[in-house]
Amino acid sequence: MSFFTVDRISLQFGGLKAVDSVSFSVEKGEIFTIIGPNGAGKTSIFNLISRLYDPTSGKLFFEGRDITEVPSHQIAKLGIARTFQNIELFENASMLANLLVGRHCHATTQLWQEILFLPSVRRAEKEHRRKVEEVIEFLDLQAYRDKLIAGLPYGVRKVVEVARALCSQPKLILLDEPSSGLNVEETDDMSFWIRDIRTELGVTVLMVEHDMTLVNRVSDRVLALNYGKVLASGTPAEVQAHPDVIAAYLGA
Amino acid sequence: MRFVFKTDYDQDIRLLKHSGYWWSYGVLLAVLIAFPYLVGSYLQSQIVFVFIYAIVGVALIILTGFTGQASLGHAAFLAIGAYTAGFLQSQGISFIVYFPAAAIITGAVGAMVGFPALRLSGIYLVIATIAFAFIVEEILARWESVTHGNEGMRVRAIDFLGQPIPRDGDAFYFLCLLVLVGSILLAQNLLRSPTGRAFIAIRDSETAAKSMGIDLAGYKVKSFAISAALTGMAGVLFAHKMSFISPEMFTLLLSIEFIMVIIIGGAFGVHGAVLGAIFIVMVDPFLTALKDDVPVLGASLATTLGMAPDAAGKLRDTMSAIGSAAGLKGAIYGLIIMMFILFEPYGLYGRWLKVKLFFQLFPLYKKATFKRQKTYVKSERNR
Repeated sequence: MSFFTVDRISLQFGGLKAVDSVSFSVEKGEIFTIIGPNGAGKTSIFNLISRLYDPTSGKLFFEGRDITEVPSHQIAKLGIARTFQNIELFENASMLANLLVGRHCHATTQLWQEILFLPSVRRAEKEHRRKVEEVIEFLDLQAYRDKLIAGLPYGVRKVVEVARALCSQPKLILLDEPSSGLNVEETDDMSFWIRDIRTELGVTVLMVEHDMTLVNRVSDRVLALNYGKVLASGTPAEVQAHPDVIAAYLGA
Repeated sequence: MRFVFKTDYDQDIRLLKHSGYWWSYGVLLAVLIAFPYLVGSYLQSQIVFVFIYAIVGVALIILTGFTGQASLGHAAFLAIGAYTAGFLQSQGISFIVYFPAAAIITGAVGAMVGFPALRLSGIYLVIATIAFAFIVEEILARWESVTHGNEGMRVRAIDFLGQPIPRDGDAFYFLCLLVLVGSILLAQNLLRSPTGRAFIAIRDSETAAKSMGIDLAGYKVKSFAISAALTGMAGVLFAHKMSFISPEMFTLLLSIEFIMVIIIGGAFGVHGAVLGAIFIVMVDPFLTALKDDVPVLGASLATTLGMAPDAAGKLRDTMSAIGSAAGLKGAIYGLIIMMFILFEPYGLYGRWLKVKLFFQLFPLYKKATFKRQKTYVKSERNR
């Protein structure tokens, strides 16, 4: 069985089939990209994987385990972290606090210990901080530690979101349009980081992306969607040459 | 301006970040300890009320400021704490037992109120908490075997291991101070550990909090329970301070006063609770003075300016009629809240930080430093 498998998953909002029996599987250490025109159901698939939506039918498997019924707050603990298309950071907290929230699924201390701030809590906090600092180092965020998110520029927020996801030490990271709103230079940086996330940290990457240059540069495999249905899948070159994909983007 | 050179993660964890904090909080503590020996009994009693309001303020800041869940039901939590103390004391149970018992009982009730919060947000949650407050008020009035109904209930002085603590003595002042310092420490400890960060995450983005592994239901209930338990403790102190409790003391207006504490003080930091409590407790004697003195002053001023004595007398009567009009207090409160929300949404503490920064940066302070900017519009909230 594959590392991560989506098996004939469907999501229906009333009469609208947002996701229609989509199946794909991601191998460990892969960078897998989902492309498709607006409204194709890409983000819906992400929301299904992070369990914000309940699928109408179909199943999700992660490391051989059925995660279709797992509540959304336990997904992070299993090793799946995500970012959002329209940045969902904790705006009125410092960047450091944001990244420390990323460590939440590894929190071991009890409420009463925290109220007294026992030495065990202090130890755990320092351990979290060490892990967070590794991520800060990895993504070059040293300059923003104590800055409030509300005061950071868009491009930095995008990176902070990736950092927060990485702080949970995921095995699979879901990146929802990591390059949207970034300029060319920032997109370049992002493409290097996405590769480094895979090669240096050994995290499998599943992403949704519109920027075909970025997709071509980093993806191992691509899946094209339209109207909730799979059009094609394969290497970036194969998918881009597929007649259905061309028709979906340019019109038949 | 001070730049702290950080070489250790402990520096970000500890509460007193550098020696300046030790100095300022040390002096503050010394002044607070010296207060009972310096001021008269009236002012000391007012300060005790400041402490009690500040404890409730800390509780509300944990719930509203950190977790983002509004509540207009905190007068009810205060009432539950107060009545638990009154009832258990009348059963001959010692203060050492009923003080924590009141916190636990109120905390449990708070957790129960927290459950509807899982489904409600914003104005709907406020309405639910108001409903809860009315239910509690009604129960207090009807459950006569325990609460003595509308007649009210006497609460005797605290009996601390055989040592009485009279309500206007120094010992009572220090007890309230101790509870306040304890609840501030509790809030600050929460804030620097995973639970407090989870609260903040829930406030700023429930969707992201969920995907980061935060159990929304659990943490919302925890936040309500902690907030209610602290308010319950304040309720015990309140009952002893008043020495008499009755249902009409715990009305919606009291809940609104508590909300004002954090709006005026600033809900984003624990300091706001104390500043707001000082403001609210001190505004009442100020309004009373206004009611009594302003008409007399105005009339004598008018006479000096050459107004006929009977016309001046009429003026005084009109002014005192306005001053003692029903609902004036509520109107002034409403006005103050609106002014703060419009002009200083971060409250007195926010203003204090701005003034501090102005002096720290002195010649370099830019006018637009705190100008509010439009931030990126959020869409696709998965509520």
